[in-house]
Amino acid sequence: MTPEGGNPPRRVRVTSPRTTAGRPRRVHVPSEIDSQTRLGELYIRTLMRAQLRLAVIVVVTLAIGVGGLPLSYLLFPGLDQVRVLGMPLAWVVLGFAAYPFLVLLGWLYVRAAERNERDFAEMVERP
Amino acid sequence: MSSSYGITAVALVFIATLSIGAYGWRFSRTTSDFFVASRTVGPALNASAIGGEYLSAASFLGIAGLVLAFGTEMLWYPVGWTAGYLMLLVLVAAPLRRSGAYTLPDFAEGRLESLVVRRFSSVLVVGIGWLYLMPQFQGAGLALGTVAGTEKWVGGALVAVVVLVNVMSGGMRSITFVQAFQYWLKLTALLIPVMFLLVVWSGDGAVSPADLSPDPHGVWTSPLASSSDHPMYTTYSIILATFLGTMGLPHVVVRFYTNPDGRAARRTTLVVLALLGLFYLLPPVYGALGRLYAPDLIDAGATDTVVLELPSRMVGGVAGDLLSALTTAGAFAAFLSTSSGLTIAVAGVLSQDVLGRRFRGVRSFQAGAVVAVVVPLALAILAEGVGVARAVGLAFAVAASTFCPLLVLGIWWRRLTDVGAIAGMVVGGGLSVVAVVDTLMQTSRDGWGGALLAHPAAWTVPAAFVTMTGVSLLTPRRLPRHLSRTMVRLHTPEAVELDRGPYPL
Repeated sequence: MTPEGGNPPRRVRVTSPRTTAGRPRRVHVPSEIDSQTRLGELYIRTLMRAQLRLAVIVVVTLAIGVGGLPLSYLLFPGLDQVRVLGMPLAWVVLGFAAYPFLVLLGWLYVRAAERNERDFAEMVERP
Repeated sequence: MSSSYGITAVALVFIATLSIGAYGWRFSRTTSDFFVASRTVGPALNASAIGGEYLSAASFLGIAGLVLAFGTEMLWYPVGWTAGYLMLLVLVAAPLRRSGAYTLPDFAEGRLESLVVRRFSSVLVVGIGWLYLMPQFQGAGLALGTVAGTEKWVGGALVAVVVLVNVMSGGMRSITFVQAFQYWLKLTALLIPVMFLLVVWSGDGAVSPADLSPDPHGVWTSPLASSSDHPMYTTYSIILATFLGTMGLPHVVVRFYTNPDGRAARRTTLVVLALLGLFYLLPPVYGALGRLYAPDLIDAGATDTVVLELPSRMVGGVAGDLLSALTTAGAFAAFLSTSSGLTIAVAGVLSQDVLGRRFRGVRSFQAGAVVAVVVPLALAILAEGVGVARAVGLAFAVAASTFCPLLVLGIWWRRLTDVGAIAGMVVGGGLSVVAVVDTLMQTSRDGWGGALLAHPAAWTVPAAFVTMTGVSLLTPRRLPRHLSRTMVRLHTPEAVELDRGPYPL
């Protein structure tokens, strides 16, 4: 707002006395990571741990789901005689059912891993 | 089976391979084109190419032969080869692509900042590559011998020549197109005949192969390796080798660098998983039907030819011959695509680490390709068959005992040191190579000694992991200088702008 016909009055900075004291320091995460500070390392370790946890979950599921089959045949010899749709159970599991199971595990993994990365990107680039 | 159809089919595959390769030559100009197709291959094309490259003679001929001979327990091979891709996906796919390296030795050097580790990895890549190429050439000799009655060396030599022409003239760029085409050819070549076979089978009363009388104690239907003295040990050793070996195969790993970024690498791997699952539904059906219609192949020791023989035997007439010609074409697509991929991987390493000083750029890549092909071809002619799938299985065992721990620990464990990595690879590689040589010499052993040497992965892989971690913990002062930056590079998504250090290309 300027008064008519004259020079505008000089602006005067009006501040509360508190601002100089208590303004929170903004952290720029990418530069923290680049200069390898403790904080930057923490971000990377958090991402790595999340991704590793995810990988371990998939590997353990695979070990139990597929790797447990020989063991269950040893423990329960009667499984040899089980037929599904006229085919031996082992043939159904290893010849057909295993593949959709593997693809499903992979699909779930890719979704979760990309979500982890999105979370990391949002956390790091938050203004 | 009439040989003229088979020979025509093989000739057509050779011509198609060379002309698609020639189409790709137009795009191949720079060194980067030759090694990694300039990292611009999208997931759909790349996944078909990876599938085409991965499905080797062992997948196309070997699985059906093993199922025919030994039964359900052999289904662990295709399941393991697919699950190996899942392990690769969750443990190494994206970080490996983000490492920005060309080859496995590049990764080893970049992560551990040691030239000695690099040299050692190079030797291993070449060794595993040759061990894997040898059965491809043997399989080609066997297949051409079956359809055309040629000498055993002819098929392998023909495949070697076509691979060399393609690889030397177009490198990775043109091979990507060729291998993508070959995946779909292989799938078609098994899918169409199997429909005819199933019609014939149900017309004959649909007797279950599992119900045949000469099968005491249900051995053929058991998922345990009942042909071995120690079924549990053998089964778990096969599982370990195939699940963990895939990520260490040189031609599989080199493909990851053709993806544009880490996210694409993951999505590509997922598509590959689906393509492999689709393909692996088919070969066991041939093996099972072979038990009904071609049991004489077991006594003849020619079970690897069941995929080629079955259509003409079951369908008969011209239709049967044409279908057999189709499976023959698929088999040659398998030899060509896998050998091309392995040749590229081995040639890349040879040219960078051995021949690079004498030749430059593309020229040294071409010299590497010649060496990469000639040695295993000679081996294939000298060493008579161990069975296609068995020889490939040994390559998996060596890869699982060396590069698997290097990749997994290198990516996920900060305290890995160069000394630890070398010690682990020496122990794992040394032990598994001893077992491989023993098996190739075909010394027959009984009891535990035989089981341990024939399927070494179950003890060599843990030995390699333990040595690598143990020695690394004993040498904590040897951590690489740029460890933190390397970890940032391996694990952060490319979209976040960070200092990742200099990239090789």
